[in-house]
Order: sequence, then C-alpha cells, then structure tokens
Amino acid sequence: MVTESKIMKNTLKVGMIAVSVAVLSTSAAEVTGKIKLVGDAPPAREITPILADKFCGPLHTSPVMTRTYLVGADKGLANVCVYIKAGIPAGKTYAVPTTKPLIDQIGCMYEPFISAAMVGQTIDIKNSDSFMHNVNCQAKINKGFNFAQAQKGQVNGKTFDKAELAVKLICNVHPWMSGYVHIFDHPFFAVSDKNGHFTISGDLPDGKYTVEANHLKSGTVTGDIEIKGGKATLNLDLAVK
Amino acid sequence: MVPPNQSRALFRFTVLVVLATLGLVCIGGLVTSKGVGMSVPDWPTSFGYNMFALPVSTWMTGGIFDEHTHRLWASTVGLLVVLLTRWIGGIESRKSLAIIGLVEFGMGLTLVASFGIRWKGEGHFLMGIGSVVLLAAACPWKSLPTSKTAIRLSWLAFWLVQAQGSLGGLRVVLDQWAVAGTTGGVLFGMIHGCLGQLFFALVAALAIHLSSAWKPTTWQPVLPLSLTLPVLTLSLVFGQLLLGLVMRHQHAGLAVHDLPLAYGQVWPDLAPEDLARYSRQRDEIEPVTAFQIRIHVLHRINAIVASLAVLTLFLKTRFLPKGHLLSRLSQIWLALIGVQFLLGILTVYWNKPADIATAHVAVGTLSLATGLISFWVAALTCSNPFSSVSSFQKSSNRVTPTSVGHPHPVT
Repeated sequence: MVTESKIMKNTLKVGMIAVSVAVLSTSAAEVTGKIKLVGDAPPAREITPILADKFCGPLHTSPVMTRTYLVGADKGLANVCVYIKAGIPAGKTYAVPTTKPLIDQIGCMYEPFISAAMVGQTIDIKNSDSFMHNVNCQAKINKGFNFAQAQKGQVNGKTFDKAELAVKLICNVHPWMSGYVHIFDHPFFAVSDKNGHFTISGDLPDGKYTVEANHLKSGTVTGDIEIKGGKATLNLDLAVK
Repeated sequence: MVPPNQSRALFRFTVLVVLATLGLVCIGGLVTSKGVGMSVPDWPTSFGYNMFALPVSTWMTGGIFDEHTHRLWASTVGLLVVLLTRWIGGIESRKSLAIIGLVEFGMGLTLVASFGIRWKGEGHFLMGIGSVVLLAAACPWKSLPTSKTAIRLSWLAFWLVQAQGSLGGLRVVLDQWAVAGTTGGVLFGMIHGCLGQLFFALVAALAIHLSSAWKPTTWQPVLPLSLTLPVLTLSLVFGQLLLGLVMRHQHAGLAVHDLPLAYGQVWPDLAPEDLARYSRQRDEIEPVTAFQIRIHVLHRINAIVASLAVLTLFLKTRFLPKGHLLSRLSQIWLALIGVQFLLGILTVYWNKPADIATAHVAVGTLSLATGLISFWVAALTCSNPFSSVSSFQKSSNRVTPTSVGHPHPVT
C-alpha cells in the first residue's frame, strides 16, 4: 500500500510539475520593451483649421498639434505598433479577443491616433462630439466603409477580415481628422505608450521570435527575442525619417 | 420679331448659365481641395434625406457645407440647362423633351416601385429630373428655335449636365470600388472633374456663339495662320488640365516642395532610396511615390510648353485686323495663362491652400474655354493644313442665313 501511495504521490508531483511547466511555457508570456527615437523629431505643426471651425474650435483652449512624432521621456516614441513578426507556431489559430478596442472621435480628433486589433475583433468607433462626423475607412486589403455618426455617444462596431497594417480612418467633414488601425491575424501586438513602452502578452510558448515595430513615418525595425520562462525584453530604435 | 440669335435675353440667360457653371466648378474644386467629397456618404440622398430637405444645421457642419452646396448648386445648373435647351430649341424641342422626361420619370418610378428601399433615392432622383424636363416640355412659350449650331450645343449641354450629375453620384457611391489599380472614387472623381471643365467650355462657347461678338461673316480668312497652332495649343492646355486632374486626385500637388527645380533637379532621381529621402523631407505621413513625382514634374514642364504655345498664338494673332475675335481671345488666353502660372507657383509655395488651389482650377477652366472658343473661331478663319481651302470658305458655302431669321451664317 505504502509503495502504491508513494507511486501515486510521485505521479501527482510529476504531473503537477509538467502542468506547471506547460502553463509557464505556453501561457501568459510577456514581451516588454521600449521604442526610442534616434535623432531630433521635426516640430509638430499646428492643425490650424480645427480652431477655425465653429464647432470644433470651442472644444480646444490651446493649439492642436499633429501627432506624427510623439516623443516622451528618454526619447521614448509613442504610437509605435509592436508585434510578433515571425516565430508564431505555424497553423495555430487564436481565439479572437472579446475586448473591443475603442476609437473615439472627440474634440474633432481620433483618440487614440493609433490602434490595433485582431482579425474578427470588434472595434467600437464612437462619436463623443455633439455634431456630425463621418468615418471613412480607406482600407487597401480589407473592405472599406464610410458611414455617418450624427449623434453624440453613437457607437458603431466594425470588424476587419484580413490582416493589414495602417488602415486609415478619416473624417471628411473635418478633413484634418485621421487615425490608423493595424489589423493582425494573431493577438500578439501592442501600441507603445507616451514614453515608448510596450507590453505584448498572450499565449506564446518559450522560444525564439522576431518582433517588428512599425511607426507611420519612421517605418519599421525588427529585433529578435527569446522568450524564456514566459518573459522577454526588447528595446528598439527608430530613426527620424 | 427679334431673331432669336440676337435675343439679348437669351444671351444674358446663357451668360447666367456660364456663371453658374463657373461657380459650380469652383465649389467642386473646393470640395476636392479640402478633401470633403465623401463627407456625405450617400447619394442622391444626403444622410438618408431627400437632397433638398437636409436640415440646415447638418448642412452647415464642416465639409458637409461644401459637398452639399455642390450638390444643390449642381441641381440648379441642371435646371438652368434644361430651361436653356427649351429656350434655344424653341417650340420644336417640346416633343423631344417630353419623350425624354417621360422616359426618365418612368425609369425612376420603376426603380421605386420594383426595388423598394434600396433604389428609392435613385428612383426619386430620376423622377425629379424627369419632372423638370416634362415641365420644360409642357411650357407653352412659343419661342423660335435659334441656329442649328446653338440647338446642337444646347442638346449636348443637356446630356452632358445629366452625365456629369451621374458621374458625381458614382464618385460617391463607388468610392471604395477597386478598379484599374485605383478606386472608383478617384477614377470617377477625375472623369467628373474633366467633364465639368469641358461642360463649362461648352456653355461658354454657346454664350459666345449667341453674343453680338459672333460675326463670322465679318472675319477675314487668316490664311497665313495655320490651324495647326490653335489645335496644338488647345491640345497642350487640355493635356495640362488632364495632368492637373490626375495630380489633384492622386494627392500629388505637393509631391515636390521646391520650385523651380524638383528636389534640386530638373527631373529628380526616383530610385527607392531617393524616394525615401524625399519622404523624409515632407511633413505628410504617407511616403511620396514615383508616380506622384512624375505627374507633378510633367505638369510643371507642360505648363511651360503650353504657356509658350499660347504666347506664340498671341504673337501670331497680333497682325489680325483690329478687334478680330481671335485676336481678342488670344490676348485673354495669354493673360489667363499668366495668372494660372502664378497661381500654380503659389499653390506649391504656400503649401496648397484650398482657395489658391481652387482658383488654379477655375482659371484653368477659363483657359480651356478660351482655348476651345479660339479653336472654333480659328477653324472658321484659319487656313486648314489639310486643305487648300480655308475652313471659313467651306463654312460660308453652307450658310442658310434666312430660314429662321438668322442675321448671320449658321455655323
């Protein structure tokens, strides 16, 4: 009996260890890092029509500037989309996140300027202003759309069928308004924050991957990582272009 | 009775159509310059409303103001052209107008009755056009028809204005449609822009034809001046218009920022590394393409060539008898080209402000119209390079001046 009990305990231990290893190696992986801008960013330009507009102007008390380069602490570059470019197990499919990224039209600007979502993931597009905006999606691979949002608080959910980088959204009613959304066929992507930090998390097994960072103006840069124990760090530099 | 061709009222009404069309071209130019063409996503309805019933508060919002004004103004021009066709065509035009009106109204009714909500807007739009045409046909006014040329031109304007309206609608409805490496919005936008300027040239020519300045019998044949030069000049100006259209709709207006050279060269290098370097110099997020630069530089080069051609025509026509229409037109044309050159430079230097870019379009349209009328006058007076007999002499042989009371030859 004692022997059998020991065997069972050892079996359970081995099983638990195996499960732990499996859990550690296939879930909750986290790739963190920072995107830095090399060189001096050109000064942002004021979006002058916004203050001249009788509806949009009163919503701003200070000049509204372009957001091509948003540089934070220690040259950290915001609005860079960082994603796993290569190394994802071939043929594996991933569940579409149930979260809905929000693209808000507020103060006659798109917030956030850069978004990212997975194929099939619903993106909520909202009008927080009390007047009309139209959302004109100028996709090149996906099917575009153009619809009006007349009511304050109106939300329309939209999905994309194919992976595509930098799908442009514009408002023709206020033609300075533009935003971009990156669409991926996997959930391993992130957009850098105001100081250039990013975190990609998800069901990634330990192993080697290629990470790419995409900035609308600076272009792309790639780097290799190795996820060990569910963790990896990568810092990338993008040059002013 | 005053002969219809001499009717001041008809001439003034035609001038009104010309001015309304020029205004329409300007508003259309503003719509493109500001990039607000898709601010109203549907057509012929506006945000689901009947175009004429859109709430003023919505109309007055941002780019909707430009786009919706363009639609309403276009409708007004369409109405004016129908009236002009009826006026010029006289009582004899009633039958044709009635048939066309009935067909259009019937097509609209069929759309509404057969396809329900999906085609309701289009159906009502066609019914509206048909109604206007039927009203013109029903008008009992017994105006006499004018010259055959004027009647033909007015009917051409009648069909063109409807085609132009439809193209404007297709530009909206098929905006996202992928075709020939571009989108329906770009393709139909370019055709719409081109046809709009040609339409203006047509009604301007019609106005000149109906004016007191149109006296072909008094024009001396200008045998030393070949028709080749007016044809070549008009072709160059029309080519410039096409290049400009492609440039505007491909967002190539600021593809080159420096003047007079392009990125420091007459013809810039277009290797990928060069394009990357040019893109770095621009504020725009989207990188500049080789196609955009080529079109932009071609537009500049052709501007110089076309200007020289207009200058040459001006110099050649200086020796025409004083007050000759061709001479006056070539003076106007040269002045317009000078203004146009300046506006083109300012468009680049001032980062393409919408009003300057639109003025560039408007003056280009006036230039095309002047060129077309110059060509017409030249065809009646200059020696034809393909024939030893002047076109004027030929046309003189076809004169039927008195059948409907014309004071001068029907051309």
